Amino acid sequence: MDQLLNDFSPGLFFMQAIILIILILLMRKFAWKPILSSLQDREDGIKNALESAENAKLEMQNLQADNDRLLKEARAEREAMLKEARELKDKMIDDAKTEAQEQANKMIAQAQASIESEKKAAMAELKSQVAGISLEIAEKVVRTELSNKDKQLQLVESMLEDKQLN
Amino acid sequence: MLLFRKEIMIAKQSIKFLVVLFILTASFAVFANGGDHENQHAEGNQIDTQEEINEYIAHHLKDSHDFHFYTNNATGSHFGFPLPVIVWTSEGLKTFMSSEFHHDDAGHVIVEKDGVKLTKIHSKIYELEAGAHEVTLDDHHHATNAHKVLDFSITKSVFGMLLAGLLMLLGFGALARGYKKGHVPTGIGRFLEPLVIYVRDEIAKPNIGEKKYRKFMGFLLTVFFFIWILNLLGLTPLGFNVTGQIAVTVCLAIFTMLIYMFSGSKDFWAHTLWMPGVPVLLRPILAVIELVGFVLIKPFSLLVRLFANMTAGHFVVMSLIALMITMKEAFGPVASTGMSLVLALFISVIEILVAFLQAFIFTMLSSLFIGMAVEEHEHH
Amino acid sequence: MYNLIGAGLIVIGGGIGLGQIGGKAMEGIARQPEAAGKIQTAMIIIGALLEGLAFGALILGK
Repeated sequence: MDQLLNDFSPGLFFMQAIILIILILLMRKFAWKPILSSLQDREDGIKNALESAENAKLEMQNLQADNDRLLKEARAEREAMLKEARELKDKMIDDAKTEAQEQANKMIAQAQASIESEKKAAMAELKSQVAGISLEIAEKVVRTELSNKDKQLQLVESMLEDKQLN
Repeated sequence: MLLFRKEIMIAKQSIKFLVVLFILTASFAVFANGGDHENQHAEGNQIDTQEEINEYIAHHLKDSHDFHFYTNNATGSHFGFPLPVIVWTSEGLKTFMSSEFHHDDAGHVIVEKDGVKLTKIHSKIYELEAGAHEVTLDDHHHATNAHKVLDFSITKSVFGMLLAGLLMLLGFGALARGYKKGHVPTGIGRFLEPLVIYVRDEIAKPNIGEKKYRKFMGFLLTVFFFIWILNLLGLTPLGFNVTGQIAVTVCLAIFTMLIYMFSGSKDFWAHTLWMPGVPVLLRPILAVIELVGFVLIKPFSLLVRLFANMTAGHFVVMSLIALMITMKEAFGPVASTGMSLVLALFISVIEILVAFLQAFIFTMLSSLFIGMAVEEHEHH
Repeated sequence: MYNLIGAGLIVIGGGIGLGQIGGKAMEGIARQPEAAGKIQTAMIIIGALLEGLAFGALILGK
């Protein structure tokens, strides 16, 4: 300890203090401040760049999601449109079919009706002709029958018999 | 092509640097003194006994007023260069070159300046009392008729500090300027920038805290690189032992102490002087213990650690080199030289690690103490 | 002479302490290799504090 105290040089202490103070001040001004602030700037820059890259990535993802959604929507819309079109087509075909059917039915009905009426007319004509012919025949028959008395009686009797039988 | 050109430029720069270094050392080394110096040792300047080696090492561990690289025994000339001596004597400030002492270190050469008689004993400059013509020493080699003067000389240590400061200003100044050109440093900055980041992220931030560390970065970075560069300078053959000077480490520790004492938060002082949660009677005792711890023990451990590590390191390296001489008798010149070379190389490598470690620990503990002082406790 | 004995005692004590610190740190690192950095820093700090104590005693006794 004595030797240490003997070795302690106040002059050197003083010089060291002066040099250290000046050095600290100079280094602060000319070295540490610019170095540390540049380092800080650089680190902030890197951090910001990383953050913006992250943001860009997120945005990209969002965009991708949007695109996907749009695509899906478009696809759904197309699907819907196609379906609608198909339905429309089916309906149109159905409609056409039913209309045609109706038309056909109508025509058939008309045809049947006209056939019926023709038939009726034909029947009526036939009847009237048959009646005329029958009348003629009857006239001729009656004329011939009534010329004979026996035959008349016979007729009456047979008719009566029919009645009794009934 | 660009890379190639750059390499040529770097090569040119380093050649320039080497040339400048060579010119500097050469011009310093030209200083030689073949004058009428007194022999310190009875048998020429050969250092070959255990006592002489011990004395040589002790001399190296102290500060000195000149650079002394080599002594030619045949001609008795010294190679090295003198440094200015600036002393505050009873007659005021005196300046002269240390060459006027003619490498005397035992109080034999007396320099007279305007009626003040000065001499140098064991690297300290003494002023002779009025009327005395030569120094008389007592049994313990203490001068009886002379007293020490305030010595503001540019000693080897001061020179080393200036050199370290200059290196720091150049290196980190270049790094700081490099940022104006681009975000990525070039040249020496590539090596220095990670060190700055290391001190900031590994030493300052974890110990002081994210919010408050910035204020102390100037001190911590300066002290870290200052100590490290000086420690490394101590491993060069120039013979610096700056961080092994007790005055230097005392100054560094006092700086740390002042900084943490003056930046102490309210909580720190409350906890130091009037510890909550402790019986009232114990509080004054605790306050004394804490104050002594912060004012004396912590700075003392800081300064002693650095001083003792560097002194011990220099001592061990020089002792191992001296094995070359002390073991010559026992093992022969080749074996002793080889042994001392291998051992000295090994210890030197460890000393490079220690040079960094001591700078790291000094900065680390400084920031730890600062962190203790600025910490704000959460009140429950 | 007594100084040297005291110095020897200090070195013994410091050595034991440093050995304990180093050994436990090694154990800790072996157990949790991912915490090696933190353990190392803490080890160096405690070692430095111990070293300061030992050196202080050595210097005061010198």
